[in-house]
Amino acid sequence: MKEMVSKKILLIGIGNSLRGDDSAGREIARKISARRFEGITVTEESGETAGLLEAWRGWDSVILLDAVCSGAKPGTIFQIDLAKDSIPRDWTNYSTHSMGLAESIEIARALGELPEKVFFVGLEGINFEIGEALSSQVCQAVDNAVDRVLEIAATLQNSPLVSQVLERN
Amino acid sequence: MKSGKKKKKTKNNNGNRRRRIKVNYMARVEGEGGLDIRIRNDRVTDVKLRIFEPPRFFEAFLRDRMFTEAPDITARICGICPIAYQMSSVHAMENALGLSIGGPIRELRRLIYCGEWIESHVLHVAMLHAPDFLGYQDAIAMAKDHPDIVKNALQLKKIGNDLVTLLGGREIHPINVRVGGFYRVPAKSEFKEIREKLNWALETAVGMVRWTGTLPFPDFEQDYVFVSLRHPQEYPFCEGRLVSNNGLDIAIDEFPQHFEESHVEHSTSLHCLKKDSGNYFVGPQARYSLNFDRLTPLAQEEALKAGLAKTCRNPFQSIIVRCVETLWAVQEAIRIIDNYEMPDSPAVELEPRAATGHGCSEAPRGILYHRYRINDQGLIEDAEIIPPTSQNQATIENDLREMIPKFIHLEDEKLKWQCEQAVRNYDPCISCSCHFLRLNLDRDGAVVSLP
Repeated sequence: MKEMVSKKILLIGIGNSLRGDDSAGREIARKISARRFEGITVTEESGETAGLLEAWRGWDSVILLDAVCSGAKPGTIFQIDLAKDSIPRDWTNYSTHSMGLAESIEIARALGELPEKVFFVGLEGINFEIGEALSSQVCQAVDNAVDRVLEIAATLQNSPLVSQVLERN
Repeated sequence: MKSGKKKKKTKNNNGNRRRRIKVNYMARVEGEGGLDIRIRNDRVTDVKLRIFEPPRFFEAFLRDRMFTEAPDITARICGICPIAYQMSSVHAMENALGLSIGGPIRELRRLIYCGEWIESHVLHVAMLHAPDFLGYQDAIAMAKDHPDIVKNALQLKKIGNDLVTLLGGREIHPINVRVGGFYRVPAKSEFKEIREKLNWALETAVGMVRWTGTLPFPDFEQDYVFVSLRHPQEYPFCEGRLVSNNGLDIAIDEFPQHFEESHVEHSTSLHCLKKDSGNYFVGPQARYSLNFDRLTPLAQEEALKAGLAKTCRNPFQSIIVRCVETLWAVQEAIRIIDNYEMPDSPAVELEPRAATGHGCSEAPRGILYHRYRINDQGLIEDAEIIPPTSQNQATIENDLREMIPKFIHLEDEKLKWQCEQAVRNYDPCISCSCHFLRLNLDRDGAVVSLP
């Protein structure tokens, strides 16, 4: 049974699960998904532009979660209100031949297909080599990133806290 | 352009006019490379497509791996055309083991390749190449003025992605292709949703051919040696003979006798040349020019209406050719899905034997040749992979050598732009070839570095 009706929010975890810290966004998304919060739908995407546009079509409130490679201290959490600001192009770009998240956001903005309220939460990684394991710095920061996402979600829901879904047995 | 500009004039020691423009990294190509162009007295004296991305040693670490592992290992060479690597490797292994796959499995291989062509071509046409023709820095700037083009392209590309995901198990580096077939094949009912989307895709692909036909094209034609696969009945994907417009007509396993790779100092990627005639051209334009009669009637009609001849010698028109191939791929996907019957088994089981196998398939950027020698245990003893971009390097350099004199009057910034556009005609995948491009233009001693 749901405790209350809340404004619906879509969380999108982005990244490659087989490239170390690149899966930080997916890891944050999975932790939130496992806790089942009221009004929060969680999905995962590779970050490919068309897939992202399709994923958030029809949603007013979206939070994007991805790893960042900006040169900051590993485990640093970034938060950007994408309705007001852009993600620096060199934070999330992984290929010159496909578009990174920053380019995808700007394409969507140019096309008028950016959700009305859209936030980015990024977690600075250090190890993007092949393998599934997150670095210890990113591992330690995931829970704090989850808290940050929930704070943003609460703000989007105009509520002091987001509520977990209560289940009857 | 990603980097800052550096313009430097060098002193003239001998009275001759010398200019050098340097673009250190070129955007909208895959991988890291650069371009050095030297001009003396309005004459191009040197063109070097420099590829400095480190070698990736894939051929070396295939050794001692099982023959069944080649499709998954080689797919990792490229995030844009993993299907091409999977298809060339499985055909090479099946060639070694004396097997030819037919029926629905063969059709599904063609279908997943349609998905890769659609996603790769549409990405390049709309996001990487079209901004060149319309004078935009990138697709983001273009999207503001041409939203419908970009929206349609993204949607069409997504349909290509969806085909790859449906048959490959996932969108990037698919995992469902194996020597002998697939690990799992879909039931006919699984195609229902995508089949409906393909009706829209067909209409959109026709629209893209027509739109690219209206773009402004520089007057630049070359007498290219085109090389591609040619199949007796089909527009080519994985089978047929290797042919050229200068007399080549060979089986795939004769590739090593007619082509050779050599190392040039300015590139970590080997240059591949045709032994009898030097540089040659692979990719959509070569396929189209050698296989126009294998296109569907609609693709032929739209190509001609868009202003293409049956042979396309203007590399800038490759943007139209990619759209024609996209249209063809959508029609081919529809044909395959409409006729599909699920096979009893997703793959043919194969027993290893000591043998050498050759495979060649038409990657979005052109022929991708694989050769493997395996032992009786099925372990790979030797591997050779020749991707399209390494085959086109010398032709790209030659295009620039021939093209620059026609545009020598342009100021450095515009000349640099024209050179970059000429390189992007080939949709080069430098990551594949050695596995960004930087342009240094030295015009009579005035050096411009435009990374």
